[in-house]
Amino acid sequence: MLTKRIIACLDVRDGRVVKGVQFRNHRDIGDILELAQRYADEGVDELVFYDITASSDGRVVDKSWVNQVARRINIPFCVAGGIRSIEDARMILNDGADKISVNSPALENPNFISELAAVFGTQCVVVGIDSREEVGDDGTPVYRVYQYTGDAAKTIASKRDTISWAQEAEQHGAGEIVLNCMNNDGVKRGYDLAQLALVRDAVSLPVIASGGAGDYSHFADLFSKTGIDGGLAASVFHSGQIPIPELKKYLATRQIEVRI
Amino acid sequence: MIAIIDSGGANIASVKFALERCGETAQLTADHAEIQSADRVILPGVGMAATAMRQLHQHGLVDCIRGLSQPVLGVCLGMQLLFEHSSEGDTEMLGVLAGNCRHFIATPGRSVPHMGWNRIRAIDSGERHPLLADVAEGAHVYFVHSYFAELSGDTIASCDYGESFTAIAGNGNFMGCQFHPERSGPVGEQILRNFLAL
Repeated sequence: MLTKRIIACLDVRDGRVVKGVQFRNHRDIGDILELAQRYADEGVDELVFYDITASSDGRVVDKSWVNQVARRINIPFCVAGGIRSIEDARMILNDGADKISVNSPALENPNFISELAAVFGTQCVVVGIDSREEVGDDGTPVYRVYQYTGDAAKTIASKRDTISWAQEAEQHGAGEIVLNCMNNDGVKRGYDLAQLALVRDAVSLPVIASGGAGDYSHFADLFSKTGIDGGLAASVFHSGQIPIPELKKYLATRQIEVRI
Repeated sequence: MIAIIDSGGANIASVKFALERCGETAQLTADHAEIQSADRVILPGVGMAATAMRQLHQHGLVDCIRGLSQPVLGVCLGMQLLFEHSSEGDTEMLGVLAGNCRHFIATPGRSVPHMGWNRIRAIDSGERHPLLADVAEGAHVYFVHSYFAELSGDTIASCDYGESFTAIAGNGNFMGCQFHPERSGPVGEQILRNFLAL
Protein backbone atom coordinates (compact mmCIF):
# COMPACT_ATOMS: atom_id res chain seq x y z
CA MET A 1 0.00 0.00 0.00
CA LEU A 2 1.23 3.48 -0.85
CA THR A 3 2.21 5.25 2.36
CA LYS A 4 1.06 8.69 3.40
CA ARG A 5 3.96 11.04 2.93
CA ILE A 6 5.42 13.30 5.60
CA ILE A 7 7.08 16.22 3.87
CA ALA A 8 9.29 18.85 5.45
CA CYS A 9 9.27 22.21 3.75
CA LEU A 10 12.35 24.38 3.91
CA ASP A 11 11.64 27.99 2.97
CA VAL A 12 14.85 29.28 1.46
CA ARG A 13 15.90 32.89 1.27
CA ASP A 14 19.35 34.02 0.17
CA GLY A 15 20.66 30.47 0.55
CA ARG A 16 19.47 30.02 4.15
CA VAL A 17 16.41 28.29 5.59
CA VAL A 18 13.90 30.75 7.06
CA LYS A 19 10.39 30.59 8.48
CA GLY A 20 7.70 33.24 8.83
CA VAL A 21 4.16 33.31 10.16
CA GLN A 22 1.47 33.71 7.50
CA PHE A 23 4.17 34.56 4.99
CA ARG A 24 5.57 37.46 7.05
CA ASN A 25 8.50 38.25 9.36
CA HIS A 26 10.91 35.59 8.17
CA ARG A 27 13.62 34.55 10.57
CA ASP A 28 16.74 32.50 9.91
CA ILE A 29 16.60 28.94 11.19
CA GLY A 30 19.55 27.18 9.63
CA ASP A 31 21.82 25.81 6.94
CA ILE A 32 20.19 24.04 3.96
CA LEU A 33 22.52 21.04 3.77
CA GLU A 34 22.55 20.41 7.51
CA LEU A 35 18.77 20.52 7.76
CA ALA A 36 18.27 18.41 4.63
CA GLN A 37 20.62 15.73 5.93
CA ARG A 38 18.98 15.78 9.36
CA TYR A 39 15.54 15.23 7.85
CA ALA A 40 16.74 12.46 5.55
CA ASP A 41 18.32 10.69 8.53
CA GLU A 42 15.16 11.08 10.59
CA GLY A 43 13.06 9.38 7.93
CA VAL A 44 11.17 12.24 6.37
CA ASP A 45 9.67 11.03 3.07
CA GLU A 46 10.39 14.04 0.94
CA LEU A 47 11.74 17.59 1.10
CA VAL A 48 10.42 20.71 -0.55
CA PHE A 49 12.61 23.77 -0.91
CA TYR A 50 10.68 26.95 -1.54
CA ASP A 51 12.73 29.92 -2.60
CA ILE A 52 10.17 32.34 -1.21
CA THR A 53 11.58 35.54 -2.65
CA ALA A 54 12.07 34.42 -6.21
CA SER A 55 8.65 34.68 -7.85
CA SER A 56 7.80 38.13 -6.60
CA ASP A 57 11.21 39.70 -7.22
CA GLY A 58 11.38 38.47 -10.81
CA ARG A 59 15.11 37.84 -10.47
CA VAL A 60 17.23 34.78 -11.08
CA VAL A 61 18.36 33.39 -7.74
CA ASP A 62 21.49 31.46 -6.89
CA LYS A 63 20.53 27.80 -6.74
CA SER A 64 23.94 26.19 -6.36
CA TRP A 65 22.59 24.50 -3.24
CA VAL A 66 20.31 22.29 -5.39
CA ASN A 67 23.29 20.37 -6.68
CA GLN A 68 24.81 20.08 -3.21
CA VAL A 69 21.55 18.73 -1.77
CA ALA A 70 21.23 16.23 -4.65
CA ARG A 71 24.73 14.91 -4.02
CA ARG A 72 24.16 14.54 -0.33
CA ILE A 73 20.69 13.12 0.34
CA ASN A 74 19.03 9.89 -0.77
CA ILE A 75 15.37 10.90 -0.60
CA PRO A 76 13.35 12.82 -3.17
CA PHE A 77 13.18 16.59 -3.15
CA CYS A 78 11.32 19.29 -4.98
CA VAL A 79 12.44 22.84 -5.73
CA ALA A 80 10.00 25.73 -5.98
CA GLY A 81 10.30 29.42 -6.59
CA GLY A 82 11.27 31.54 -9.55
CA ILE A 83 10.95 28.82 -12.19
CA ARG A 84 9.69 30.83 -15.17
CA SER A 85 11.04 28.98 -18.18
CA ILE A 86 11.82 25.52 -19.50
CA GLU A 87 15.49 26.41 -19.12
CA ASP A 88 15.04 27.36 -15.43
CA ALA A 89 13.41 23.98 -14.85
CA ARG A 90 16.00 22.08 -16.87
CA MET A 91 18.83 23.58 -14.85
CA ILE A 92 17.27 22.54 -11.54
CA LEU A 93 16.36 19.03 -12.73
CA ASN A 94 19.80 18.54 -14.27
CA ASP A 95 21.31 19.60 -10.96
CA GLY A 96 19.53 16.62 -9.41
CA ALA A 97 16.16 17.83 -8.12
CA ASP A 98 13.40 15.26 -8.58
CA LYS A 99 10.57 17.70 -9.11
CA ILE A 100 10.03 21.36 -9.75
CA SER A 101 7.07 23.30 -8.42
CA VAL A 102 5.51 26.29 -10.14
CA ASN A 103 3.01 28.73 -8.74
CA SER A 104 2.75 32.37 -9.87
CA PRO A 105 4.22 31.77 -13.37
CA ALA A 106 1.61 29.05 -13.94
CA LEU A 107 -1.14 31.49 -12.96
CA GLU A 108 0.23 34.01 -15.45
CA ASN A 109 0.40 31.38 -18.18
CA PRO A 110 -1.26 28.00 -17.55
CA ASN A 111 0.30 26.65 -20.77
CA PHE A 112 3.62 26.78 -18.94
CA ILE A 113 2.45 23.67 -17.03
CA SER A 114 1.78 21.83 -20.31
CA GLU A 115 5.15 22.84 -21.71
CA LEU A 116 6.96 21.59 -18.61
CA ALA A 117 5.01 18.32 -18.66
CA ALA A 118 5.75 17.78 -22.35
CA VAL A 119 9.49 18.26 -21.90
CA PHE A 120 10.15 16.65 -18.51
CA GLY A 121 7.12 14.43 -17.92
CA THR A 122 4.10 14.97 -15.75
CA GLN A 123 5.74 13.28 -12.75
CA CYS A 124 8.19 16.07 -12.06
CA VAL A 125 5.77 18.99 -12.44
CA VAL A 126 4.19 20.14 -9.19
CA VAL A 127 1.76 23.02 -9.08
CA GLY A 128 1.71 24.97 -5.83
CA ILE A 129 -1.51 26.74 -4.98
CA ASP A 130 -1.81 29.40 -2.28
CA SER A 131 -5.45 29.57 -1.35
CA ARG A 132 -7.45 31.66 1.09
CA GLU A 133 -10.96 31.05 2.33
CA GLU A 134 -13.16 34.10 1.81
CA VAL A 135 -16.84 34.82 2.31
CA GLY A 136 -18.74 34.65 -0.95
CA ASP A 137 -21.61 36.91 -2.03
CA ASP A 138 -24.16 34.53 -0.55
CA GLY A 139 -22.30 34.21 2.75
CA THR A 140 -20.87 30.73 2.07
CA PRO A 141 -17.11 30.11 1.98
CA VAL A 142 -15.28 30.50 -1.31
CA TYR A 143 -11.67 29.61 -1.96
CA ARG A 144 -9.54 32.09 -3.84
CA VAL A 145 -6.08 31.60 -5.32
CA TYR A 146 -3.44 34.14 -4.29
CA GLN A 147 -0.41 35.15 -6.30
CA TYR A 148 3.11 36.46 -5.50
CA THR A 149 2.78 35.26 -1.92
CA GLY A 150 6.54 35.23 -1.39
CA ASP A 151 6.36 38.93 -0.54
CA ALA A 152 3.54 40.27 1.65
CA ALA A 153 3.64 43.67 -0.07
CA LYS A 154 3.19 42.15 -3.54
CA THR A 155 0.65 39.44 -2.72
CA ILE A 156 -2.54 39.79 -4.73
CA ALA A 157 -5.77 37.85 -5.03
CA SER A 158 -6.00 36.26 -8.46
CA LYS A 159 -9.36 35.97 -10.18
CA ARG A 160 -9.22 32.21 -9.85
CA ASP A 161 -11.26 29.85 -7.77
CA THR A 162 -9.07 27.25 -6.05
CA ILE A 163 -11.05 24.16 -7.08
CA SER A 164 -11.26 25.09 -10.74
CA TRP A 165 -7.60 26.11 -10.82
CA ALA A 166 -6.60 22.73 -9.40
CA GLN A 167 -8.61 21.02 -12.14
CA GLU A 168 -7.13 23.26 -14.80
CA ALA A 169 -3.62 22.51 -13.55
CA GLU A 170 -4.35 18.78 -13.79
CA GLN A 171 -5.67 19.14 -17.35
CA HIS A 172 -2.49 20.97 -18.29
CA GLY A 173 -0.39 18.06 -17.10
CA ALA A 174 0.52 18.76 -13.46
CA GLY A 175 1.71 15.64 -11.64
CA GLU A 176 0.95 16.81 -8.14
CA ILE A 177 -0.68 19.69 -6.30
CA VAL A 178 0.56 21.25 -3.09
CA LEU A 179 -2.34 23.16 -1.60
CA ASN A 180 -1.29 25.76 0.90
CA CYS A 181 -4.28 26.97 2.93
CA MET A 182 -3.22 30.51 3.82
CA ASN A 183 -5.77 31.05 6.58
CA ASN A 184 -4.19 28.19 8.49
CA ASP A 185 -0.55 28.78 7.63
CA GLY A 186 1.67 29.18 10.65
CA VAL A 187 -1.16 29.23 13.19
CA LYS A 188 -0.89 25.55 14.16
CA ARG A 189 -4.59 24.84 14.54
CA GLY A 190 -4.64 21.97 12.07
CA TYR A 191 -4.98 21.57 8.34
CA ASP A 192 -8.02 23.00 6.54
CA LEU A 193 -9.70 19.62 6.12
CA ALA A 194 -12.84 20.97 4.43
CA GLN A 195 -10.92 22.78 1.72
CA LEU A 196 -8.43 19.95 1.24
CA ALA A 197 -11.23 17.39 0.85
CA LEU A 198 -12.88 19.53 -1.81
CA VAL A 199 -9.71 19.78 -3.85
CA ARG A 200 -8.87 16.10 -3.26
CA ASP A 201 -12.23 15.05 -4.72
CA ALA A 202 -11.96 17.44 -7.67
CA VAL A 203 -8.76 15.97 -9.14
CA SER A 204 -7.18 12.53 -9.53
CA LEU A 205 -3.51 13.43 -9.09
CA PRO A 206 -1.76 13.40 -5.69
CA VAL A 207 -2.62 16.34 -3.42
CA ILE A 208 -0.32 17.47 -0.61
CA ALA A 209 -1.65 19.52 2.31
CA SER A 210 0.21 22.55 3.56
CA GLY A 211 -0.54 25.07 6.27
CA GLY A 212 -1.69 24.56 9.83
CA ALA A 213 0.12 21.54 11.28
CA GLY A 214 0.73 22.13 14.98
CA ASP A 215 0.24 18.78 16.63
CA TYR A 216 0.50 15.03 16.00
CA SER A 217 -3.28 14.74 15.83
CA HIS A 218 -3.45 17.21 12.94
CA PHE A 219 -1.61 14.70 10.73
CA ALA A 220 -3.82 11.83 11.91
CA ASP A 221 -6.94 13.91 11.15
CA LEU A 222 -5.60 14.82 7.74
CA PHE A 223 -5.00 11.22 6.73
CA SER A 224 -8.02 9.62 8.39
CA LYS A 225 -10.58 12.26 7.37
CA THR A 226 -9.43 13.11 3.85
CA GLY A 227 -7.84 11.17 0.99
CA ILE A 228 -4.91 13.60 0.96
CA ASP A 229 -1.63 11.93 -0.04
CA GLY A 230 0.85 13.81 2.10
CA GLY A 231 1.18 16.37 4.86
CA LEU A 232 3.71 19.14 4.57
CA ALA A 233 4.94 21.20 7.49
CA ALA A 234 7.84 23.40 8.41
CA SER A 235 8.06 25.07 11.80
CA VAL A 236 6.84 22.14 13.92
CA PHE A 237 9.58 20.03 12.35
CA HIS A 238 12.32 22.67 12.38
CA SER A 239 11.72 23.51 16.04
CA GLY A 240 11.82 19.87 17.07
CA GLN A 241 8.31 20.14 18.48
CA ILE A 242 7.26 17.18 16.33
CA PRO A 243 10.16 14.80 15.66
CA ILE A 244 9.59 12.85 12.42
CA PRO A 245 10.24 9.38 13.95
CA GLU A 246 7.75 10.07 16.78
CA LEU A 247 5.14 11.33 14.33
CA LYS A 248 5.46 8.22 12.18
CA LYS A 249 5.15 5.90 15.17
CA TYR A 250 2.08 7.84 16.29
CA LEU A 251 0.46 7.51 12.86
CA ALA A 252 1.35 3.82 12.57
CA THR A 253 -0.42 3.01 15.85
CA ARG A 254 -3.49 4.68 14.35
CA GLN A 255 -3.43 2.31 11.36
CA ILE A 256 -2.16 4.98 9.00
CA GLU A 257 0.32 3.47 6.55
CA VAL A 258 3.67 5.24 6.84
CA ARG A 259 7.27 4.38 6.04
CA ILE A 260 9.20 3.63 9.21
CA MET B 1 33.68 2.14 -15.07
CA ILE B 2 29.93 2.56 -14.90
CA ALA B 3 28.22 4.12 -17.89
CA ILE B 4 24.99 6.04 -17.36
CA ILE B 5 23.32 6.29 -20.74
CA ASP B 6 22.63 9.95 -21.50
CA SER B 7 20.37 10.28 -24.50
CA GLY B 8 19.23 13.82 -23.74
CA GLY B 9 16.66 13.43 -20.96
CA ALA B 10 16.74 15.60 -17.87
CA ASN B 11 17.15 14.55 -14.25
CA ILE B 12 19.79 11.86 -14.54
CA ALA B 13 22.35 13.48 -12.24
CA SER B 14 20.81 11.92 -9.14
CA VAL B 15 21.71 8.38 -10.26
CA LYS B 16 25.31 9.48 -10.71
CA PHE B 17 25.37 11.07 -7.25
CA ALA B 18 23.90 7.92 -5.67
CA LEU B 19 26.66 5.82 -7.23
CA GLU B 20 29.21 8.30 -5.88
CA ARG B 21 27.71 7.87 -2.40
CA CYS B 22 28.34 4.13 -2.92
CA GLY B 23 31.98 4.95 -3.67
CA GLU B 24 31.79 4.45 -7.45
CA THR B 25 32.38 6.86 -10.28
CA ALA B 26 30.06 6.95 -13.24
CA GLN B 27 30.19 8.55 -16.65
CA LEU B 28 27.19 10.10 -18.38
CA THR B 29 27.58 9.08 -22.00
CA ALA B 30 25.90 8.32 -25.31
CA ASP B 31 29.12 7.01 -26.85
CA HIS B 32 28.75 3.43 -28.09
CA ALA B 33 32.32 2.36 -27.41
CA GLU B 34 32.23 3.81 -23.92
CA ILE B 35 28.94 2.06 -23.15
CA GLN B 36 30.09 -1.25 -24.63
CA SER B 37 33.32 -1.26 -22.65
CA ALA B 38 31.75 -0.24 -19.32
CA ASP B 39 31.68 -2.78 -16.46
CA ARG B 40 28.07 -1.89 -15.77
CA VAL B 41 25.48 0.18 -17.57
CA ILE B 42 22.59 2.17 -16.15
CA LEU B 43 19.69 3.27 -18.33
CA PRO B 44 17.91 6.08 -16.49
CA GLY B 45 14.91 8.00 -17.69
CA VAL B 46 11.94 10.10 -16.81
CA GLY B 47 9.32 11.50 -19.12
CA MET B 48 7.56 9.76 -21.96
CA ALA B 49 8.35 6.37 -23.48
CA ALA B 50 7.91 7.54 -27.07
CA THR B 51 10.28 10.50 -26.57
CA ALA B 52 12.86 8.35 -24.81
CA MET B 53 12.80 5.67 -27.52
CA ARG B 54 13.09 8.33 -30.21
CA GLN B 55 16.17 9.69 -28.44
CA LEU B 56 17.71 6.21 -28.23
CA HIS B 57 17.07 5.73 -31.95
CA GLN B 58 18.56 9.15 -32.76
CA HIS B 59 21.75 8.19 -30.92
CA GLY B 60 21.79 4.78 -32.60
CA LEU B 61 21.63 3.21 -29.14
CA VAL B 62 18.86 0.66 -29.63
CA ASP B 63 21.00 -2.14 -31.03
CA CYS B 64 23.92 -1.07 -28.86
CA ILE B 65 21.85 -1.63 -25.69
CA ARG B 66 20.28 -4.86 -26.95
CA GLY B 67 23.74 -6.25 -27.58
CA LEU B 68 25.20 -5.52 -24.13
CA SER B 69 26.34 -8.51 -22.07
CA GLN B 70 27.47 -6.77 -18.86
CA PRO B 71 24.94 -6.03 -16.06
CA VAL B 72 22.45 -3.39 -17.20
CA LEU B 73 20.03 -1.65 -14.82
CA GLY B 74 17.09 0.37 -16.11
CA VAL B 75 15.65 2.87 -13.65
CA CYS B 76 12.03 4.11 -13.71
CA LEU B 77 11.21 4.84 -17.37
CA GLY B 78 14.57 3.24 -18.14
CA MET B 79 13.22 -0.04 -16.76
CA GLN B 80 10.06 0.24 -18.83
CA LEU B 81 12.15 0.77 -21.98
CA LEU B 82 13.66 -2.70 -21.47
CA PHE B 83 10.21 -4.27 -21.95
CA GLU B 84 8.50 -5.00 -25.27
CA HIS B 85 5.78 -2.41 -25.72
CA SER B 86 4.17 0.57 -23.96
CA SER B 87 0.68 1.89 -24.50
CA GLU B 88 2.24 5.33 -23.93
CA GLY B 89 2.27 6.56 -27.53
CA ASP B 90 1.92 2.92 -28.74
CA THR B 91 5.69 2.56 -28.46
CA GLU B 92 7.84 -0.41 -29.45
CA MET B 93 10.64 -0.66 -26.92
CA LEU B 94 13.91 -2.54 -26.48
CA GLY B 95 12.29 -5.91 -25.86
CA VAL B 96 15.03 -7.45 -23.73
CA LEU B 97 12.52 -8.15 -20.95
CA ALA B 98 9.22 -9.95 -21.51
CA GLY B 99 6.05 -7.94 -20.97
CA ASN B 100 4.24 -4.72 -21.67
CA CYS B 101 3.58 -1.36 -19.99
CA ARG B 102 0.30 0.42 -19.57
CA HIS B 103 -1.30 3.31 -17.68
CA PHE B 104 -2.74 3.31 -14.17
CA ILE B 105 -6.41 4.24 -14.17
CA ALA B 106 -7.22 6.76 -11.43
CA THR B 107 -9.97 5.67 -9.05
CA PRO B 108 -11.16 7.13 -5.74
CA GLY B 109 -8.31 6.42 -3.34
CA ARG B 110 -5.82 5.83 -6.16
CA SER B 111 -4.21 9.03 -7.36
CA VAL B 112 -2.25 8.97 -10.61
CA PRO B 113 0.74 9.29 -10.88
CA HIS B 114 1.64 6.64 -8.31
CA MET B 115 3.90 8.90 -6.32
CA GLY B 116 5.53 8.10 -3.01
CA TRP B 117 6.80 5.22 -0.89
CA ASN B 118 5.37 1.75 -1.39
CA ARG B 119 6.35 -1.77 -0.42
CA ILE B 120 8.10 -4.28 -2.68
CA ARG B 121 7.77 -8.05 -2.34
CA ALA B 122 9.92 -10.72 -3.94
CA ILE B 123 8.21 -13.06 -6.39
CA ASP B 124 8.54 -16.53 -4.92
CA SER B 125 10.67 -18.38 -7.44
CA GLY B 126 12.80 -20.47 -5.12
CA GLU B 127 16.06 -18.58 -5.18
CA ARG B 128 16.21 -14.95 -4.10
CA HIS B 129 17.52 -12.65 -6.82
CA PRO B 130 20.90 -11.10 -5.94
CA LEU B 131 19.47 -7.57 -6.43
CA LEU B 132 17.32 -8.28 -3.35
CA ALA B 133 20.16 -9.42 -1.10
CA ASP B 134 19.76 -7.91 2.39
CA VAL B 135 16.55 -6.14 1.35
CA ALA B 136 13.74 -6.79 3.82
CA GLU B 137 10.51 -8.26 2.52
CA GLY B 138 7.99 -5.41 2.26
CA ALA B 139 10.68 -2.71 2.31
CA HIS B 140 9.58 0.77 1.22
CA VAL B 141 11.00 2.38 -1.91
CA TYR B 142 10.16 5.60 -3.75
CA PHE B 143 8.01 5.47 -6.89
CA VAL B 144 6.96 8.18 -9.34
CA HIS B 145 5.18 6.91 -12.44
CA SER B 146 1.89 6.80 -14.32
CA TYR B 147 2.73 3.82 -16.53
CA PHE B 148 3.75 0.43 -15.17
CA ALA B 149 5.07 -2.89 -16.42
CA GLU B 150 2.58 -5.71 -16.03
CA LEU B 151 3.71 -8.74 -14.06
CA SER B 152 5.58 -11.14 -16.33
CA GLY B 153 7.92 -14.09 -16.19
CA ASP B 154 10.74 -11.56 -15.75
CA THR B 155 9.23 -9.94 -12.64
CA ILE B 156 11.54 -10.31 -9.63
CA ALA B 157 9.63 -8.17 -7.14
CA SER B 158 6.15 -6.73 -7.28
CA CYS B 159 4.38 -3.77 -5.75
CA ASP B 160 0.70 -3.29 -5.10
CA TYR B 161 -1.15 -0.12 -6.08
CA GLY B 162 -4.71 -1.31 -6.44
CA GLU B 163 -3.22 -4.00 -8.70
CA SER B 164 0.13 -5.74 -8.69
CA PHE B 165 2.80 -4.55 -11.06
CA THR B 166 6.51 -5.07 -11.68
CA ALA B 167 8.74 -3.24 -9.20
CA ILE B 168 11.95 -5.08 -10.15
CA ALA B 169 12.49 -7.12 -13.27
CA GLY B 170 15.39 -9.11 -14.60
CA ASN B 171 16.40 -11.59 -17.24
CA GLY B 172 20.07 -12.49 -17.41
CA ASN B 173 22.16 -9.33 -17.48
CA PHE B 174 19.19 -7.03 -18.09
CA MET B 175 17.52 -5.72 -14.91
CA GLY B 176 15.36 -2.80 -13.94
CA CYS B 177 13.69 -0.99 -11.06
CA GLN B 178 10.44 0.91 -11.53
CA PHE B 179 11.19 2.89 -8.37
CA HIS B 180 14.12 5.25 -7.90
CA PRO B 181 16.84 3.41 -5.94
CA GLU B 182 18.83 6.66 -5.89
CA ARG B 183 15.99 8.28 -3.94
CA SER B 184 14.86 5.33 -1.84
CA GLY B 185 16.89 5.90 1.31
CA PRO B 186 19.01 3.08 2.75
CA VAL B 187 16.93 0.39 0.95
CA GLY B 188 17.61 1.92 -2.45
CA GLU B 189 21.27 2.25 -1.61
CA GLN B 190 21.40 -1.46 -0.73
CA ILE B 191 19.84 -2.37 -4.09
CA LEU B 192 22.39 -0.21 -5.92
CA ARG B 193 25.21 -1.86 -3.95
CA ASN B 194 23.77 -5.25 -4.90
CA PHE B 195 23.84 -4.22 -8.55
CA LEU B 196 27.43 -3.03 -8.19
CA ALA B 197 28.39 -6.37 -6.62
CA LEU B 198 27.01 -8.48 -9.51
